[in-house]
Amino acid sequence: MATATAEQVQQLHDLIVSKLEAKFPGVVLHTEIQYDFPIIEVSKGNIYQVLEFLKTDPELSFEFLTTMCGLHYPDNTAKEFGMMYQLHNLPKNTRIRIKTFFPASAMELPTMIPLWAGANWMEREAFDFFGITFKGHPNLKRILNMEDITFFPLRKDFPLEDPTRDDKNDSMFGR
Amino acid sequence: MEVKRTKLEMAQSPLGLEGPGFFATSLDKAVGLARKNSLWPLPFATSCCGIEFMATMASHYDLGRFGSERLSFSPRQADLLMVMGTIAKKMGPVLKQVYEQMAEPRWVLSVGACASSGGIFDTYSVLQGIDRIIPVDVYVPGCPPRPEQIIEGILKIQDLVENESLRRRESPEYKALMNKYGIE
Amino acid sequence: MNEHLNNDTAAPEEKVYTTLNLGPTHPATHGIFQNVLKMDGEIIVDAEPTIGYIHRAFEKLAERRPFNQITPITDRLNYCSSPINNMGWHMTVEKLINAEIPKNVQYMRVVIMELARIADHIICNSVIGVDTGALTGFTYIFQWREKIYEIYEEICGARLTTNIGRIGGFERMWPEKAWQRIDDFMKEFPKELKQFEDLLMRNRIFMDRTINAGGINAERALQYSFTGPNLRATGIDYDVRVMNPYSSYEDFDFVIPVGTSGDVYDRFMVRQQEMWESLSIIRQALKNIDRKSTVFHGDVPEFCLPAKEEVYNNMEALIYHFKIVMGETEIPVGEVYHQVEGANGELGFYLISDGGRTPYRLHFRRPCFIYYQSYPEIIKGGMLSDAILAMSSMNVIAGELDA
Repeated sequence: MATATAEQVQQLHDLIVSKLEAKFPGVVLHTEIQYDFPIIEVSKGNIYQVLEFLKTDPELSFEFLTTMCGLHYPDNTAKEFGMMYQLHNLPKNTRIRIKTFFPASAMELPTMIPLWAGANWMEREAFDFFGITFKGHPNLKRILNMEDITFFPLRKDFPLEDPTRDDKNDSMFGR
Repeated sequence: MEVKRTKLEMAQSPLGLEGPGFFATSLDKAVGLARKNSLWPLPFATSCCGIEFMATMASHYDLGRFGSERLSFSPRQADLLMVMGTIAKKMGPVLKQVYEQMAEPRWVLSVGACASSGGIFDTYSVLQGIDRIIPVDVYVPGCPPRPEQIIEGILKIQDLVENESLRRRESPEYKALMNKYGIE
Repeated sequence: MNEHLNNDTAAPEEKVYTTLNLGPTHPATHGIFQNVLKMDGEIIVDAEPTIGYIHRAFEKLAERRPFNQITPITDRLNYCSSPINNMGWHMTVEKLINAEIPKNVQYMRVVIMELARIADHIICNSVIGVDTGALTGFTYIFQWREKIYEIYEEICGARLTTNIGRIGGFERMWPEKAWQRIDDFMKEFPKELKQFEDLLMRNRIFMDRTINAGGINAERALQYSFTGPNLRATGIDYDVRVMNPYSSYEDFDFVIPVGTSGDVYDRFMVRQQEMWESLSIIRQALKNIDRKSTVFHGDVPEFCLPAKEEVYNNMEALIYHFKIVMGETEIPVGEVYHQVEGANGELGFYLISDGGRTPYRLHFRRPCFIYYQSYPEIIKGGMLSDAILAMSSMNVIAGELDA
């Protein structure tokens, strides 16, 4: 077993897109292939159904959730925030990446815990870092940061540095 | 059978008056000697430096040679708080509580760049040096420091312990220091 | 039913549960994990883990750093086996820029990564021993980590947080002494590993403590996205080195050890067997490495610091030197995911590059973080002492868990 060739990735990409289009017309917004990954952007409203279909369809059967994480593109109007899901079919060793984008005013996604128990903490992490909320999550609270902080640190507009430092003299470094 | 004598170096006895059957010295020195060679450390190991601490405790470097092999996991019986690794802001109150639970006299060894200053992690979630919440006696630099450096730090603490006056902890300077950190 | 007893002495009808706070600085947890346990006597009824006590904002930090300077951050993910993290990151960037790495360098990487895997498994397995009360194995085998550290030191100068290698290969050719130390290690370590195995593997007390303790079945493990030795202990032979070979792993002949019941003993045995397999991989790699070769990195001048002489005498070298030091290297736009088999499972780097000097977004798929969430399920219904064993056998590393 080896890493998929470009041709196989293309075949996989075409197969998934055609299957998704047949099952949920209009759900696929954008597709591309980056390196060895087919990337499919789907509309936010159907994200749960799409992932469930990808998991349960006997031919695709992406039963393993590799990872998921939040994304933030402040310049993309009406698509500022996003969520990336990466799925893996272990027996066939095929991998895909599903993305969905949504505006800052509608930051709610359905939880994926019914499909994968492992989604629990990954969703909490996305909530902690970006403020994306997950409908139906049993315990949606901050996971890595303290519960009383008010900001979402991985948003692009949040500064990295510790604000309590007073020994940094900007005039010395011309910053 | 010939008895093999090793060149075992015992702890040096302090200056004092010696005669047949007695030895007189000041209480400070006797207590300092005893304390110095039986420090009970509380390992507050959080991350990478904790692994180097494991190496320091293990057979190769063997902290037991300095009388500190008895780790005290209860703060109430510990003399030396060894803070090893990054202290996140979430961890800060826990560290302070552990320090407050320790009985006087107590010393603090800050191991590694993160504990001493925040290290490379100048980020929103990391405490920029534990001396913002508790007083520190000795800092050990390094990311992580080698076990030899950690041992050097312990030796420096031993020097402090040996030469500390018995009244230091009652002095107004010490009380002012504690008040600065908001510790009663 | 207790009618013969008078009411004052009868056991209460209702169950009384005790709440026990384990951590975050409990010595038995080997790191800072907090669990609030609901106990029925010695039996755990429920557990609520809290993590984040060493959250250091790796992902945010990575967004502000040039690509070369991210390697030190990856060191501190799973600090028991930093070289695997370092090289995983290097390979991610190499994938992004489509760099070709010479075979010899790939084999050298394999040697280092497998040494790191051994070093990591030494910690995990000796600590399982310590938690069952067998400190002897720890004192013997832990010295051999020192030997591995010495090899790292010859190659890169650091012991634990190695920052080993560079994007494109290594920073210099390994010195003669490094090869010598590797050869010595390969000669002597099998004996010591065998001795360690003899101390624990068939030890009646050890087996009684670990068999059927802290187990999880394959189906639940997949639900929780387990990877690495913990998944293989449940009987699923998923190993990134075989499924998606990187750094020429396809050239090596090795076995993926699998367990059956996914309990503490199986995890111990899988790791133990993996150390033997790693030794075999290193032996195969050493046979094929040309030690006299002067090529220690691929043809990526924009990432490999040129020799100092070159910098003084060659215009191009001076430019590259400046660009690397200032972190102004041009990077293609794109997004890439690369996975390596870390000591704890699939360690993934999801990198989005917008062509700037730093990554636009870098997400680490940290195996610990993903599988540790199954901990309450694993320990429920078990004894408190088994919970400690379950934690040490899962090898939860705080740095990787909390990022």
